[in-house]
Amino acid sequence: MGQFLDVRERILELTSIVSAIIIWEIIARIINKNYLLPKFTEVVANFLKLASEGELYRDTITSLNFFAIGMGVAIAVGIPLGIMMGWFKTFDKAVDPIIEMIRPIPPLAWIPFAILWFGLTKYAAGFVIFVGAVFPILVNTYTGFRNTPRVLVESGMVLGCIKNRDLIFRIALPAALPSIATGVRVGMGVGWMCVVAAEMFGVSKYGIGWKIWHWNDLHHMDMVLTYMLVLGLIALVIDRLFRYIVQEWWLKWQTGVVV
Amino acid sequence: MLSIKNLNKIYHTEEGDEVVALSDINLYVADKEFVCFIGPSGCGKTTLLRIIAGLEKPDSGTLTVNKEPIKGPGPDRGMVFQEYSLFPWRTVLKNITFSLELKKIPKIEREKIAREFLELVGLLEFADSYPHELSGGMKQRVAIARAMVNDPDVLLMDEPFGAVDAQTRNRLQHELLNIWEKKKKTVLFITHSVDEAVFLADKVVVFTARPGRIKEVISVDLPRPRERTSFEANAVREHLLASLGAEIQAAID
Repeated sequence: MGQFLDVRERILELTSIVSAIIIWEIIARIINKNYLLPKFTEVVANFLKLASEGELYRDTITSLNFFAIGMGVAIAVGIPLGIMMGWFKTFDKAVDPIIEMIRPIPPLAWIPFAILWFGLTKYAAGFVIFVGAVFPILVNTYTGFRNTPRVLVESGMVLGCIKNRDLIFRIALPAALPSIATGVRVGMGVGWMCVVAAEMFGVSKYGIGWKIWHWNDLHHMDMVLTYMLVLGLIALVIDRLFRYIVQEWWLKWQTGVVV
Repeated sequence: MLSIKNLNKIYHTEEGDEVVALSDINLYVADKEFVCFIGPSGCGKTTLLRIIAGLEKPDSGTLTVNKEPIKGPGPDRGMVFQEYSLFPWRTVLKNITFSLELKKIPKIEREKIAREFLELVGLLEFADSYPHELSGGMKQRVAIARAMVNDPDVLLMDEPFGAVDAQTRNRLQHELLNIWEKKKKTVLFITHSVDEAVFLADKVVVFTARPGRIKEVISVDLPRPRERTSFEANAVREHLLASLGAEIQAAID
């Protein structure tokens, strides 16, 4: 949407990040205990080494694979269910109590059953991510449908759009897209958080989350920190990419910032 | 062509009380007639329009358009709402083609028809703009084009120019009359403005305060284009103001 920060804001951002890094490095050198706080320079060295060896690439692909499975199913379940609940009152009344029972259970509590049902496979990891991501998507889709302006529905009706199917797909769904996009974005955030936990029980020898536990067991805290930062960095890239796609293509009709 | 007989509409509040919104409405509107509804706020004129549109159901009475009873929304009746009602995710052109898409008219043809109607409301160069890029007056012109493209027999307008400034409003009234003369539709037009009613209508229907009844129907037999400040127009306006003033006082009491 062409929102460029001006140069001064850019400089301020950069200064802030650089200062944080310098302070980190200084404190790490004063403490001088790698176990408590690894140095920034060490983390960068680790990162470069892992990247050049291709190890980081395999870890990232593995984690993204789990993430994609979880998110894919969360979207495929959350959006249609949200649409049904948002549009059909009876369906909502029937399903809502069940949803409200399951929703407060933290995704990590599902890990035992994930392993039981899916074994130590990528689907077990995907399932935990799915549980984390599906509810924000469902709830936001539902809210978006509920908040469809009445005048738009009625405009559609007087223009000959009478059937539920037409009203849903031609009016309520496009009207709810901004809300759905927010749901997917929040869901991706929660889902990514679940990646660490989903990999904890060892469905693969690779994966960013798995490596955090792995290096922790070996007391290599500099490696732990390196993978932590990679985890954050990838989340940032995914989020920015999603926002860009949504704003440039999906919701170009909207004014201002979308999600 | 539009006939309403003994129509009643009662609302039930959450406390279980009954509120009579419309009481014993009888009205006949001839083909190609321009009729304005005027009355105090809450007198039920919007409800009547929505019933004619098929968006609400009356509790009793008969309602026919071209002798066909009204069962729900239909292509014979187009509506322009008071609020901005364009689909924000569609361009101006695609807003107008909406009803044609539902009728499965091929893309090239429906866009040709839509452009014709865009030209009618003078917004051809905004075909590819999104609604948020338009001013309030422009949005309502697109809404009129969108309702007209469906070729309805009756155009229902619920205070369509209520939210635009006075100068734009005068221009829109002129344009609406132009369109009405070109396309010869029956128009039912709700307004709060006596000036607007006198400028536009063949017939002004005055409503009483709640419960809404038709108080009187005034014919405005003035040639068009009308002079807003002519002696004759002023005479009609004075009559309307007096009639309406009593009702507004009643609504306040």
